[in-house]
Amino acid sequence: MSITDMTAVEVAAAIRAGKMTAVEAAEAMLARIEEQDKRYNCYVTVDRAGALAQAREVQAKIRAGELTGPLAGVPVAVKDNMCTEGLLTTCSSKILGNFVPAYTAEAVLKLKEAGAVILGKTNMDEFAMGSTTETSAYGVTRNPWNTGHVPGGSSGGSAAAVAAGECWYALGSDTGGSIRQPASYCGVVGMKPTYGTVSRYGLIAYGSSLDQIGPLTKDVTDCAAVLEAIASHDEKDSTSVERQDTDFTSALVEDVKGMRIGIPNDYLGDGLDEEVKAAVLKAAADLEGKGAVVERFDLSLVEYAIPTYYTIAAAEASSNLERFDGIKYGYRTEAYAGLHSMYKKSRSEGFGEEVKRRIMLGSFVLSSGYYDAYYLKALRVKALIKKAFDEAFAKYDVILGPVAPTTAPELGYSLLDPIRMYLGDIYTIAVNLAGLPGISLPCGIDKNGLPIGLQLIGDCFQEKKLIQTAYTYERLRGVFPSGKDQEINSPEPDEKEECRHE
Amino acid sequence: MANIISDETIEYVGILAKLELSAEEKEQAKADMGRMLDYIDKLGELDTTGVEPLSHVFPVQNVFREDVVTNSDMREELLGNAPEQKDGMFMVPRTFE
Repeated sequence: MSITDMTAVEVAAAIRAGKMTAVEAAEAMLARIEEQDKRYNCYVTVDRAGALAQAREVQAKIRAGELTGPLAGVPVAVKDNMCTEGLLTTCSSKILGNFVPAYTAEAVLKLKEAGAVILGKTNMDEFAMGSTTETSAYGVTRNPWNTGHVPGGSSGGSAAAVAAGECWYALGSDTGGSIRQPASYCGVVGMKPTYGTVSRYGLIAYGSSLDQIGPLTKDVTDCAAVLEAIASHDEKDSTSVERQDTDFTSALVEDVKGMRIGIPNDYLGDGLDEEVKAAVLKAAADLEGKGAVVERFDLSLVEYAIPTYYTIAAAEASSNLERFDGIKYGYRTEAYAGLHSMYKKSRSEGFGEEVKRRIMLGSFVLSSGYYDAYYLKALRVKALIKKAFDEAFAKYDVILGPVAPTTAPELGYSLLDPIRMYLGDIYTIAVNLAGLPGISLPCGIDKNGLPIGLQLIGDCFQEKKLIQTAYTYERLRGVFPSGKDQEINSPEPDEKEECRHE
Repeated sequence: MANIISDETIEYVGILAKLELSAEEKEQAKADMGRMLDYIDKLGELDTTGVEPLSHVFPVQNVFREDVVTNSDMREELLGNAPEQKDGMFMVPRTFE
């Protein structure tokens, strides 16, 4: 077994035991990226020199006994919407094509404190707006299971990098499913924590009331270890929640006896692929066999989550993205006549199509005359959706369902019809509206050889129940194949556009 | 399509959004926004009378801290990202004659 096939926690243990060094780990991973990332395009930026320098520093601290944690010395990939001091941070947008932050996002700092080595920045949908990583200004990322298919999005580069063995784990961000859905499409584990658990300081905002950073990993053990490292109460994020129960690895217990699991009938209806449905129900039956109490129930309001989400997210995006004005950072147009013309031309040339579509929609729903009818209406429906979940969690510990209606679509398919792409978020999006934690983990492979994801949703602050249920299921399921072993399925990709930054 | 977006509306939204769309982009934006609003209109099926808008999922309050400087002087690093700078300041186009 190559060391790139090990899990993050295994690599850290090997480094602690002196079987390898953090520098060797970084070198092995950089060599793998060098060898195969032309094929997948998981990374926007690879920081070779920086990673090796960090690895030497971390190794010295491990040797001195200053770093002893479960992730010390392990290289990580970071989604390109989290600021990294001195390292290009593009949000996969032309408008931030030359942006080098002066500070590092709090979640990334937490990882560095735990001894992580930052390999580079992963590709994403521009400003996290998309479900396929095809709206990136720096080329599409390809699914390692089959390069003719998308990796999902918006954290597609992070999910594909984990699946392709181009990092041991990665950070992503999830506004409407952007960690869980690509994790599902790429056959890896992805978790969106309870809103407020991980600081958003230094995360370039899309929909601030919905955005949350979380891990993408090879297994549930790594997921718990990473979440434990990045969870923090941060005064620099006014929505950060102070929690005492962030020892998530303590929930890695193989036991679901008496765990009350509800399956929403609404998550098994029209539009759900039969193979996905069968795999998800099989997982539920497996958990029932281990002593969980599994029931079907009606969650209600499911079809209202997507229009509610797109109203709120577009409104917040239109406000958050006002800061890109061609003055303080980022792209400025060449020719203009006065200040306002400079603003408009810089933004129109710097933003891509999907970003402009959402800014326009957001500006409209916030405009006078429409604010009550659209924006406030959506916030009222959000309250109803939250209430529906509250009622469900009075009866159940965990809600179980699919992550997405299908496995990964082919490249190009989703972009033909934005609303069809939005509908793919139906099972993930309400979780963000209600601030809940959710985890995605692989539960099967369809007839085309693409992975199927299982989603577990918990009540606010109940990550441990999710981790315990996911860990138990993972043990029952057994080893899941790695995406990088499936390359035989893949057609040779066309020459990709060369727009990588080095 | 129930929602017909007029040229005037797209023009106005473009001003709010600080975006300059080409004629072709405007037509596309009219169609896209109309379709999205048709879809969003589904929320009208729900009676939300008496439901308070929920902007934050937890009942959090404003967070206050002492007004003390905690960061260091990062003027050079911050100006380093500016498209144009002069004498330690951001350069902007002339705003009045």
